[in-house]
Amino acid sequence: MTRITRRHFLQASVVAGAVFGAPLLAREAQAQELSFKPEAGARLRVLRWKRFVQGDEDQWLANTKKFTEKTGVEVTVDAENWEDVRPKAAVAANIGNGPDIVLSTNDDSHQYPDKLLDLSELCEYIGKKYGPWYPSALAYGKSGGRWIALPLGAGGNCMNYRESHMKAAGFGKFPTDTEGFLKLCRALKKNGTPAGFALGNATGDANGWCHWLLWAFGGRMVDEQNKVAINSTQTARALEYARELYPTFVSGTLSWLDPNNNKAFLSGDISLTANGVSIYFAAKTSSDPRMRAIAADMNHAVLPVGPVGHPTMSALFFTCVVFKYTKYPNAAREYLRFMMEKEQYEAWQKASLSFVTQPLAFYERNPVWTEDPKHTPFRYTCKNMLPNGYAGTLGTASAGCMADFIVVNMVAEAASGNMSVNEAMQKAEKRAKRYYR
Amino acid sequence: MISASRFFDNRNVLGALFMLPAAALLLLFLTYPLGLGVWLGFTDAKIGRGGEWIGIENYEFLVTDSVFRLSVFNTFLYTLVESVVKFVLGLWLAVLLNKHIPFKSFVRAVVLLPFIVPTVLSAIAFWWIYDAQFSIVSWVLVKMGVMDHYINFLGEPNLARMSAIIANIWRGVPFVAICLLAGLQTIPPSMYEAASIDGASPFQLFRYITLPMLSPIIAVVMTFSVLFTFTDFQLIWVLTRGGPINATHLMATLSFQRAIPGGALGEGAAIATAMIPFLLAAILFSYFGLQRRRWQQGGKDK
Repeated sequence: MTRITRRHFLQASVVAGAVFGAPLLAREAQAQELSFKPEAGARLRVLRWKRFVQGDEDQWLANTKKFTEKTGVEVTVDAENWEDVRPKAAVAANIGNGPDIVLSTNDDSHQYPDKLLDLSELCEYIGKKYGPWYPSALAYGKSGGRWIALPLGAGGNCMNYRESHMKAAGFGKFPTDTEGFLKLCRALKKNGTPAGFALGNATGDANGWCHWLLWAFGGRMVDEQNKVAINSTQTARALEYARELYPTFVSGTLSWLDPNNNKAFLSGDISLTANGVSIYFAAKTSSDPRMRAIAADMNHAVLPVGPVGHPTMSALFFTCVVFKYTKYPNAAREYLRFMMEKEQYEAWQKASLSFVTQPLAFYERNPVWTEDPKHTPFRYTCKNMLPNGYAGTLGTASAGCMADFIVVNMVAEAASGNMSVNEAMQKAEKRAKRYYR
Repeated sequence: MISASRFFDNRNVLGALFMLPAAALLLLFLTYPLGLGVWLGFTDAKIGRGGEWIGIENYEFLVTDSVFRLSVFNTFLYTLVESVVKFVLGLWLAVLLNKHIPFKSFVRAVVLLPFIVPTVLSAIAFWWIYDAQFSIVSWVLVKMGVMDHYINFLGEPNLARMSAIIANIWRGVPFVAICLLAGLQTIPPSMYEAASIDGASPFQLFRYITLPMLSPIIAVVMTFSVLFTFTDFQLIWVLTRGGPINATHLMATLSFQRAIPGGALGEGAAIATAMIPFLLAAILFSYFGLQRRRWQQGGKDK
């Protein structure tokens, strides 16, 4: 493929990205097929995160097997806890040896962009065929004008609630704004069926909902120029809101880590939390009739919109990166292309029970979103989410701030009354400035 | 040939030669990583790219960082409280175990259990014990009618500190107890007999025979205990990840959080390096203080 065609593709995807909601189905057929020829004797090592739902890993492996059968390229897939993938990938990048392909999370790839193989041709092809890429995918996939990572999608993030408890609290349907949400939480608390949101150093859950809260009121860590902007009236409003919300939670949320809200929801201790599809999945596939009753009674809803007026959810984003040191760059590209094609990607989404929400508009049509109405709210996670480090750029500073729980600590300090709103905000500002300097 | 064999017959040469493998191992696996860590602390290295030398900038930053200062405070609080309690409980346990009790070897084996179980496993057990919703302790108390709500073990800063300290003590006491027990068994019974004939009370036996005879081993055991406690990581990482609101962050956990998930290798290394002076001080104290002859012989400093 020549340079000109590549640029052409780029323009096409930018235009497609601008015209949101245009009829996309027709475009699939028009797209020119692309494939990379794997190097002779190629073998690939893939490092991925350990499943959150069993079907995800099973289907990924099944797709991989299909790839091996088709191309003869042997692929070994190792799975590690998602938080352990990050340091391993970073070390691999640093020493120039390790897995060829890594399924990484959030802004990992933006910490070492120059160690990553250029995936522009592949991503533009995928974008043209199944696109457009959502804005969050562009933010996570591109750096300095080139694609450094293939966006895989995001772990869905929705309100998980018990329908019967919500009705008992006097709500016919789930509130769509933060004001109604607060009222619901208060009513749930009054009925003894409270909400619970993690406020401990929970990498996934606490970061997820605390960022949503901050952004919903127009607060943000940095402005477009990466200048720290956390100390603002908008942030203050978000924290005041958190202060009113916190007393409606079940006790102990300050100590909650990632698994706590799942456990508490499944035991019936809480009736409302923010989570991916994993709670529903665990309840639905359980052999325990009490758990299945919870699955029948629970439902999902998109995170309410705050005064800022647009969705502000935050979700764990997944990307695939290929390291430059790989001996088989084309085999790696071909593998990724294969996994993103409809036959494989749709089956993967289905098997993972919608855990991974697509970064491409085309896959909105995947039946997985509609065959169980309880999956539907997850459908537009990627479309509606804001990238980490919003409104600035992704990089070491955004990753550092998130890993240091600056936003989570700020919300926890203000919400619990440990500090005043202003103190919490100033402390967060001071901490953030250490990263953005 | 003659000169070569003479060369190898030289005691000094031979000694150096025999030490070479050990020295190489130490240099490769201890000195080099330590040196690298210290060096990284003076750079702005990030994961995935090497760093530039920035002098003491990391340390200057850390001094102004409230989370780091809190972690230093926590680390000291932990080490102090835990070491003292571990020593007292461990010594008490050792003295008890040294008596003639039924099923002696079985009891001794059981006492060691907390130390044998991998820390991560016992930490997960404690995580359940302290859980905000499923704590067995809270459950029992509520069922018994002692309380009407669950205890917020890990959700309230001071309570969380205490809970973590208790879990660490539970794990650390057996090590101290078993080592001191070994020490107790080296004290010749004839000394006790002689003292008893002289009319010494049990307390005097303990104060003037047991304690001085035990002090060399106490010095070693407590040095290790302090080092383990000061550098504890797993327990906190499983229980709280440093939360709530960083109230249980130790220097070791903060170092990891900044260096690996956070990617700031240089800063994490600086935090780790900042632990070294304290550790050195603990070692020096035990070697030059606790091992004094005069103390061991029951005397006092002049």
